[in-house]
Amino acid sequence: MSYLHSIGQYFLMIKAMFHKPTKWSVMRHLIFKDIDDLIINSIGIVSFIAFFVGGVVTIQTALNMTNPLIPKTLVGFATRQSVILEFAPTFISIIMAGKVGSFITSSIGTMRVTEQIDALEVMGINAINYLVFPKFVALMLYPFIISIAMFLGILGGMAACVFGGFASLDDYIAGIQLDFIPFHMLYAFVKTFVFAFLLATIPSYHGFFMTGGALEVGKASTTSFVWTSVAIILLNYILTQMMLS
Amino acid sequence: MIEVNDIHKSFGDSKILKGITTVFDKGKTNLIIGQSGSGKTVFLKTLLGLYTPEQGSIVYDGRNYSDLSSDEKSDLRAEMGMVFQGSALFDSMTIAENVMFPLRMFTKQSKSEMQDRVDLVLKRVNLGDAHKKLPSEASGGMQKRVAIARAIVNKPKYLFCDEPNSGLDPRTATVIDNLIQEITQEYDITTIINTHDMNSVMEIGEKIVFLKDGLKEWEGSNKNIFKTDNEAVTGFVYSSDLFKRVQKMYLEEDL
Repeated sequence: MSYLHSIGQYFLMIKAMFHKPTKWSVMRHLIFKDIDDLIINSIGIVSFIAFFVGGVVTIQTALNMTNPLIPKTLVGFATRQSVILEFAPTFISIIMAGKVGSFITSSIGTMRVTEQIDALEVMGINAINYLVFPKFVALMLYPFIISIAMFLGILGGMAACVFGGFASLDDYIAGIQLDFIPFHMLYAFVKTFVFAFLLATIPSYHGFFMTGGALEVGKASTTSFVWTSVAIILLNYILTQMMLS
Repeated sequence: MIEVNDIHKSFGDSKILKGITTVFDKGKTNLIIGQSGSGKTVFLKTLLGLYTPEQGSIVYDGRNYSDLSSDEKSDLRAEMGMVFQGSALFDSMTIAENVMFPLRMFTKQSKSEMQDRVDLVLKRVNLGDAHKKLPSEASGGMQKRVAIARAIVNKPKYLFCDEPNSGLDPRTATVIDNLIQEITQEYDITTIINTHDMNSVMEIGEKIVFLKDGLKEWEGSNKNIFKTDNEAVTGFVYSSDLFKRVQKMYLEEDL
């Protein structure tokens, strides 16, 4: 029953997010601040992870291609497919659930504990709109991060491939251009937008409706990471089934 | 003036408020006192509209809260100022930005007009030079004064304070008490203070409502709280030797 209650409360929060909007002059600043906190500040870690995991994907692929009949272009092809279809949208989103999700839950949760949310509500402000909506708008720029992850993942793969001596640069470039299906990009970005919505709302829910003190803020951050990850994995499966099969 | 009629509030099976009826007068510092767990905070949050009572009504200068539309409730809330126990200042904003926040949200004033108002109010609470500090850089007493400044900046009709001097040294606590009383008289607002600090009761308790187990046990003023023979009130008031001596002094004065 408590799960059903939580799910209902989550959807009511989403509805409330669009009600009684905060003054635009105030909201504008909040959106820019959240773009800085959630998007700009994530570029570094995402770039780092994407570049090196792209390299690892390439090395693993190359090392498993022992049959001399398999063309070397397959290394680039496999790296591109892995990075675009799964690694960038899904794997990075799980990492973001930890980084951005924990940040959102702990910042909103701390505001709950220190009565700052009560202060907003007493003033007659729709605290859900004030706190969650700017994060939702900021994370609509999330595909920008995923695009960077895709680019750097393939670039990291290229560096690993060439410097590791697994295939030539020409083979790798030919591989990443091989049988390119533009619909796969659409699929990846549809997933990205859905995950961005989850990244903005699930951690906000866990922060906004938490009760207790500082210890519970930590627990709420962990719970929010778990549930955001679960939701991402489940929706990843459903969207893949719907769009690719 | 706020009229409270037969307010009931429960959380699950636990009944917190069991039918409180009282009136909080305009231009006076009204105190809600009682032991921990007596329902003070729930009562205050119900008066603020943060909790919806299951039964009873709260009338703010002729406006029954439960009869108001959503927009009217928002307008009414904009007339309220609140000083929270932990000050509840926004961490990411400077002191001046915290105080300016209600003006930015609810008025169409120009930036210079808002700045002038913030300067005035911060000077009123003796914080004229603290504009650029962050709340984390301010002492507990300063944070409370910023919270008072934020609460009064938009000229509220109702000021609510939840244990405004908790965690403060006695001298700073007296400064805060006096400041709230001065502001109440100066702006002619209805002020309700939730406290269990007997010094506040003595200093500024123009009207006192004593709660026990979710019920109003007694009401009166600081002038007659020492003369009451209500056992619950005397048990609360004379829990320290100091106030036993104060009672003796009062009784001797009367004789």
